[in-house]
Amino acid sequence: MTAMIEIRNLVKQFGPLIAVDDISFSVDRGEVLGFLGPNGAGKSTTMKMITGFLTPTSGAIDVCGHAVADDPIAVKRRVGYLPEGAPAYPDMTPAAYLSFIADVRGLRGADKAKRLDYAVERIGLTGVMQQSIDTLSKGYKRRVGLAQAILHDPEVLILDEPTDGLDPNQKHEVRGLISEMAENKAIVISTHILEEVDAVCSRAMVIADGRVVADGTPAELEARSRFHNAVTLRLEDGATATAAADLAKLDGVAAVEPDGNGRLTLFPTDGAPILDSVGQLVRERGWPVNEIRVEGGRLDDVFREITTGRAEKPDQGAAK
Amino acid sequence: MTGLMPIFRRELAGYFATPVAYVFIVIFLVLSGVFCFYLGNFFERGQADLRPFFAFQPWLYLFLIPAIGMRLWAEERKTGTIELLMTLPVSLAGAVLGKFLAAWAFTAIALALTFPMWLTVAYLGQPDHGVILAGYVGSLLMAGGYLAIAACISAVTKNQVIAFVVAVVICFIFTVSGAPLVLDFFAAWAPQTILNAISSFSFITHFNAIVDGVIDLRDLVFFASLIGFWLFANAVVVDLKKASG
Ligand SMILES: Nc1ncnc2c1ncn2[C@@H]1O[C@H](COP(=O)(O)OP(=O)(O)OP(=O)(O)O)[C@@H](O)[C@H]1O
Ligand SMILES: [Mg+2]
Repeated sequence: MTAMIEIRNLVKQFGPLIAVDDISFSVDRGEVLGFLGPNGAGKSTTMKMITGFLTPTSGAIDVCGHAVADDPIAVKRRVGYLPEGAPAYPDMTPAAYLSFIADVRGLRGADKAKRLDYAVERIGLTGVMQQSIDTLSKGYKRRVGLAQAILHDPEVLILDEPTDGLDPNQKHEVRGLISEMAENKAIVISTHILEEVDAVCSRAMVIADGRVVADGTPAELEARSRFHNAVTLRLEDGATATAAADLAKLDGVAAVEPDGNGRLTLFPTDGAPILDSVGQLVRERGWPVNEIRVEGGRLDDVFREITTGRAEKPDQGAAK
Repeated sequence: MTGLMPIFRRELAGYFATPVAYVFIVIFLVLSGVFCFYLGNFFERGQADLRPFFAFQPWLYLFLIPAIGMRLWAEERKTGTIELLMTLPVSLAGAVLGKFLAAWAFTAIALALTFPMWLTVAYLGQPDHGVILAGYVGSLLMAGGYLAIAACISAVTKNQVIAFVVAVVICFIFTVSGAPLVLDFFAAWAPQTILNAISSFSFITHFNAIVDGVIDLRDLVFFASLIGFWLFANAVVVDLKKASG
């Protein structure tokens, strides 16, 4: 399978600032790649180069086998793009605007009507089609931008913060739509909502200061969290203090920390599973357990750690 | 030229979606009338032609055309829609021409609405219709020249007011470059060839030649190449500037 998006050694400089610093990756059909990263990391800049808006300082981008530098129009035909902030002509109504996009995309007649109906219905724009975009709420503006991006059923979708400003129902809808479309497209989204990565992305890429600092499935990223395979348990009042001391001595347990809500979180040494030995000890001592669960890992924790290097490490010394 | 037609249609429809178009047309018609009948002594001259009407047009265009052209690209950059436009499958040439032609078509509509003047002279006397038609053609060409300048300048800045002022200044230079005031200034020290070159850039010189009823290929080529040059510059500026926020 050839990659739908292929990026090699991409660099973008704005004067002295290196916004994108030697990024290489590829995206295959069926993949949903999530860009994560702090503000100013270079996510939008990368997307602008893939879609042909910005010219890279150096590096190569191929989309569906066409080089963006050589045949930008062929690339733009195959890409649906929601720019950051979802810009749209404010004086137009969504109806006129989407019709214009369809014309530019070369959709005609029945095909055009069908695609318009689908996008409008799927994105939930029916009620606002005749209102000028200027007067739409932020979420509806974003929806108009989304409808614009998926209108021509493109092979490649680049969505810069697609759910920003949407209400929870619509967020859910859009995530569903992305997952549904993922099957035969290559999709790149950027987001600051980490749960979205779990919900829709098959792969997550963390970018910081213009470089890729992590790239893997959401599960792989979560595995880098100190919460990965940690066990959280709640004991009946009174038992907690003694249990904490005993649990901390258990083999494979690196640290025990109260989580602030009456629960204890047990961090494993080197991320190895500890549920079995914890369960055994609990049974042996006959502690009254109200709740016990294994943590998968926390993306926000991983995110903080790899983008700042400042996530708290388990306090090895105090516990053992 | 990919994308030219949809962009042309969107832009042209855009003029009529807001009251701006109607306000512009009314101002254009009223000022044309005032200049022609009041300042131009249309009736007192006792001649059946539209010379007074055309005589004031360069000065009318000088302010009205930059007002149309100022928003062409400045607004796209201000609202961020330029990112949308430039990532749609349209060529730079298609976008530049589509926008320009729509604005030009709009000016043509405004100009066409001055037809009651033509009817008036036709009613009052026996005008030379060929000369009047030549005047309209010349006027439209000149409007295209002003518009190409204004479009290019509007791509340089996000601020429409700056775009307007700068475009007026440049249009002014092209308007007066054939006037005695300017030529006298250069005559003191510049050689005759330079004087000729300067005055050959004057809109008024070329426009008056056409209004006289002589459609000379050189005048047509002047306006056509002027429009071509400024639109080319327009494309270059859009490409250079699109990224800078
Ligand atoms: N046109 C420009 N001129 C100069 N600097 C720019 C320009 N566009 C972006 N930058 C800079 O490039 C860097 C990357 O910006 P970018 O918009 O890609 O960040 P981002 O990862 O999308 O951030 P956010 O999460 O806030 O959207 C920032 O430091 C930004 O200031
Ligand atoms: Mg961004």
